[in-house]
Amino acid sequence: MTDNNNGSGETLVRVDGLKMYFPITSGVVFQKVKGHIKAVDGLNFSVQRGETLGLVGESGCGKSTTGRAILQLYRPTAGKVYFEDIDLTLMKGEDLRQQRRRMQMIFQDPYASLNPRMTVGSIVGEPLEVHNIAKGPERRERVQELLKVVGLNPYFINRYPHEFSGGQRQRIGVARALAVNPEFIVCDEPISALDVSIQAQVINLLEDLQAQFGLTYLFIAHDLSVVRHISDRIAVMYLGKIVELTDRKELYDTPMHPYTQALLSAVPIPDPRIESQRKRIILEGDVPSPANPPKGCNFSTRCPRVMAVCKEEEPEFRDAGGGHFVACWLYETVPSQYAAQEQVAVAN
Amino acid sequence: MGVLLDVKGLRTQFFTQDGVVNAVNGISYTVDEGETLAIVGESGCGKSVGVMSLIRLIPSPPGKVVGGEVWFDGRDLLKLDDDEIRQVRGNRIAIVFQDPMTSLNPVLTVGRQIGESLQLHLGMDKQQARKRSAELLELVGIPTAEARLDDYPHQFSGGMRQRVMIAMGLSCNPQLLIADEPTTALDVTIQAQIVDLVKKLKDEIGMAIIWITHDLGVVAGIAERVIVMYAGFIVEEADVREMYADPRHPYTLGLLGSLPRLDADRPERLISIEGLPPDLIELPKGCPFYARCDYRIDHCREENPPLETVGRNHRAACWVDVKGVAA
Repeated sequence: MTDNNNGSGETLVRVDGLKMYFPITSGVVFQKVKGHIKAVDGLNFSVQRGETLGLVGESGCGKSTTGRAILQLYRPTAGKVYFEDIDLTLMKGEDLRQQRRRMQMIFQDPYASLNPRMTVGSIVGEPLEVHNIAKGPERRERVQELLKVVGLNPYFINRYPHEFSGGQRQRIGVARALAVNPEFIVCDEPISALDVSIQAQVINLLEDLQAQFGLTYLFIAHDLSVVRHISDRIAVMYLGKIVELTDRKELYDTPMHPYTQALLSAVPIPDPRIESQRKRIILEGDVPSPANPPKGCNFSTRCPRVMAVCKEEEPEFRDAGGGHFVACWLYETVPSQYAAQEQVAVAN
Repeated sequence: MGVLLDVKGLRTQFFTQDGVVNAVNGISYTVDEGETLAIVGESGCGKSVGVMSLIRLIPSPPGKVVGGEVWFDGRDLLKLDDDEIRQVRGNRIAIVFQDPMTSLNPVLTVGRQIGESLQLHLGMDKQQARKRSAELLELVGIPTAEARLDDYPHQFSGGMRQRVMIAMGLSCNPQLLIADEPTTALDVTIQAQIVDLVKKLKDEIGMAIIWITHDLGVVAGIAERVIVMYAGFIVEEADVREMYADPRHPYTLGLLGSLPRLDADRPERLISIEGLPPDLIELPKGCPFYARCDYRIDHCREENPPLETVGRNHRAACWVDVKGVAA
């Protein structure tokens, strides 16, 4: 694979103003809504057919919620999710179920996402059953074929999940996702629970499958090195919002958002010569609660380059040139009343 | 600098229903005063068990240290009785555990938990312990430390809890701090904070650190010397720069090759180590890495290679000269 974008230029999934709020309730019988956790708060992005869009961020930033809301596993609070031209948020019941054939998910925890009482054959075969794709011996044959595709012995079909290691289980999860020939797969931290040497096996597998079947991935992870390796374009999330989105090389060569810069500088590089010379941007403090995000820019409480305007007004997520999207006041014209304050601050 | 800790032929086994698990199989190493040693390896390689054995924290039954010596301060820790080891543990040798969520007691205030070892080991009274606890929290960078002494662990974030754990570890001015995957449960920006903090404290206090981790990136930033473990054996040991520049064991080579790097352009494929680690109940007769090794020769199946010197401060356990084959 080269550095060129894998995407075809054709939009497969488009997310428009996606919001996902979870209510905070109090009381036992009459549950009163006290507030909302704003897990995902207004996302706009699209995924092109054939590409891998990486979604990175720290725990609690809403990246997994985004993946689930796209697949309608959570019904979004507001916003639209278009799959080709179909608005998934308007669909329900059987229509939605029909669409689900085209999009699948690979889960993070290979121990919790496989039913321990089902054999591998019935786990991988279940999507074939619910979508009436194959029956009887044909289904069995298809399951064996899928196991072969993900690098497992087809002979394992009658075994149970506990008989497999973490990496092998994740392969079973991948086989299940592939069973219905989907076009789009949300990979929700598929390798975070695995050991380093096994991680590489699963990453290679996902890349091979993409090339073989022309899959489109939304790859959710917190490990920036892994995301850099696998993605064509990358979106960085912080506290429910995308702060920066651009292609892989651009993001790592010229990160624009102060959060992206800090995040990249925090990732350790496995080379002591380089490590000893790196300058880290150490962020102070912790991520604010999504139930009560700060006024203005969400990152303003920890940002090393914070200005007066950041604490009052939210920056817009816009194209800073050449498809490099960023939401930061550093790259926008600051409204005049704040500009004056800024100059005073500089003069002092 | 003098040798602080000298581990000789340590062996730990777990006696389970399925058989005897050979978790640690005769490992020997030393830690110098003020040195940072990293022990790396994948889950189940014995890196945690090996270190917990030193301070006798292996639950028994089913676990048992079945052989070896651990020399610290002129005494063999494995021969001390329970009272004597308690004098060492938490006092001269402190531990920071992986999971800051579960290693603090949820129903006791943070101040009381830090103060406990101060009262126990240093014989302070309550007021003294409280004052020292506040100083320690300040040292590890917790704002308004005095006021937070009366808070419970759930009122702290993950990174802050790990800082509390470090404050507890430092409370008795230990000579050796054992950090068991202290940043694994944390986000990268918080991890950077903690690594930065530990480095700074080490320079101030001058203690030695054993840092257990699976993250070769963190090791590159913090360690002076590295030990790589596989299936309960030490397979390679070297100074940190040497280890990354000139790895001599095929497993180390594989581990370094399987990492996607932030600073490198995307290679065609990651080098993956195929297969799985061996079953620790039935260890193979020869080299434990034989089944997954790209460099194996027939002799590897017959006899487990000893750890031999291959360079200055550099030992590796392999029958094959990896360099010679590659060239």
